[in-house]
Parts: sequence; structure tokens; C-alpha cells
Amino acid sequence: MTMKVAVVRFPGSNCDDDSLQSAARAGCKAYYVWHRDTDLHGADVVILPGGFSYGDYLRSGAIARFSPVMQSVLEFAKQGGPVLGICNGFQILCEAGMLPGALMRNGRLSFVSRPVGLKVERTETAFTSRYARGDLLRMPVAHGEGRFTADAGTLERIEGDGLVVVRYVGLDGGPLPETINGSVNEIAGISNAAGNVVGLMPHPDRASDPALGNTDGLGFFTSVLDWAAAKR
Amino acid sequence: MTTFKVHVRVVPRAGLLDPQGQAVEHALTALGFAEASGVRVGKAIELAVKADSKAAAEARARAMCDKLLANPVTEDYLVEVEG
Repeated sequence: MTMKVAVVRFPGSNCDDDSLQSAARAGCKAYYVWHRDTDLHGADVVILPGGFSYGDYLRSGAIARFSPVMQSVLEFAKQGGPVLGICNGFQILCEAGMLPGALMRNGRLSFVSRPVGLKVERTETAFTSRYARGDLLRMPVAHGEGRFTADAGTLERIEGDGLVVVRYVGLDGGPLPETINGSVNEIAGISNAAGNVVGLMPHPDRASDPALGNTDGLGFFTSVLDWAAAKR
Repeated sequence: MTTFKVHVRVVPRAGLLDPQGQAVEHALTALGFAEASGVRVGKAIELAVKADSKAAAEARARAMCDKLLANPVTEDYLVEVEG
């Protein structure tokens, strides 16, 4: 059976097409769901794409969190449904309390748009099972508010429970010459304990097409095939 | 019911890096205001709140802060009600 992937479109989403194409390339039937819609149309997977939902007004993701579709996404995730938040989608998941912590303005105020190195740390998630622990991935980042922050207790839990999915490293896999955005412990992406909700600032959706010269991100979209198969 | 004017100030939590505040502080120093320190940049939000009393207006405004206006992970807020 073909997997159905719902890509949520908020006003201001701008990576919705990248996510749709990536899911399609992974062999899924991908379609859009408008933010006012509360019906996910039988989705097996939900993706919250990158962009600037609601103009990033107030805080990134703060308004999107209250859109009608998010109530359905919250319920979907509670039932164990896989939800991936990329960039602005990650910010929305944190604002909605579906993932711990928050994303603040980059440490050096500048918008960062460049390829980064990532080390895969958690593979027991819906979106990273096709990677191996320690894999080095290269993907682009493009964000102004990607500095992951959490209070000391929360951070201890994230690290202690192994919820970090990907961490920034140098492009060659070595130590970072300088911090990407000031994220605590260079955390680039995390998951919830169950592993069905994953958020990350880098863009696997912009690293899934051979025409772009990099398919390191495609595993995020193919991993869900295994997750869904295991759940059936 | 009375309409109360409410001022909400949202600031980055003390101890968390505030790069905007740092940049403004550097700019102030560069302009000769070397006496300025501890600059933090936040948001000021004004709203009118209908409530039975000043205390009730404040309570509602605090609920708005907890739910939307401030992020409890990264920001603190102050609520002032006029009148």
C-alpha cells in the first residue's frame, strides 16, 4: 500500500513543494493540507515544511501553532502518527509543546544559509531508521532563528534519554570550526521519546534530489516506509 | 465591565544569550554611550482588556502571556494595567 504524506501549508510556507517532491521521490503519495483544514485525509505521515508561517509574527511558529490544522496534527501525533517538522516546522513543533525546548534568534544575529555537516545520533525514530548511528550527512540550513535552547533540566533529559537526532559537526565530520547558530550542545534536531515526532533546522527536503547533487536527506523520507510497515 | 489598557513587556529570560541586546549595546558604546550596559531587547505589546476589575484584567492578560504572548522557555513578561 502506498504511504500517504500530508504536507501542511501555512500562509508563508515556502518549502512545501520541496517536501512534497521529496516524499514523492521516496515513493509516497504526497498532497497538501491547508492550514484551515482539520481533515488530514487519512495521512500516514504529516510534514510541517519550512518557511515563515504567518510572517514569523510574534515568534517563529507561535501563531501557526494555533491554526485549525494543528489540533488535528496534535491528535495524530498522540496516536503515534509520524510528524516531521523541518526548519519553521521544527519551530512550530516546539511552540506547540510537541517537542521540548525552543528556537531563538541565531547567536550572531545573522541569517545562516549554507551547507552544514550533521552527525546522526538517534536512528530509532520514524524519520531516521534508514541511517546508521554516526553517519555523516551534509544538508543546507537557511534560518535566522535556529538557536536551540532548553532549560537545564530539559536539556539533561534530552541528552540523557538520547533524544538528539542530529548534531552539527564540521562538513568533513570533524569538530565545527565555529558554531552554526549558537545552539546548545550544537543540537540540530531532536525527537520525542516515542520517536514519532522529529524536528530539525537543516533541510533534508533540499537534499533529496540527485539533480541538486546531494541526496543525504532522502533517508528522512524513506525511513517512514519502514516505520509504517512495522506499525501495521 | 470596564475596558482596561494593558501594557505587556516581554523580555528574553535573564541568563539566556540576547544577541540583539548585545548588538545594541555595542552600537551604544560605539556612539559614545559607554555608561550603558545590560541591554536586552524584547517586545512591548499594548492591548485593551474588558474585565470586571483591574485584578481580573491583569489575570486575563497573564493568561494571554502564558498561552501566546511569551514563550515560557525563553522569555519573561511583565504586565501593567492602567487605572
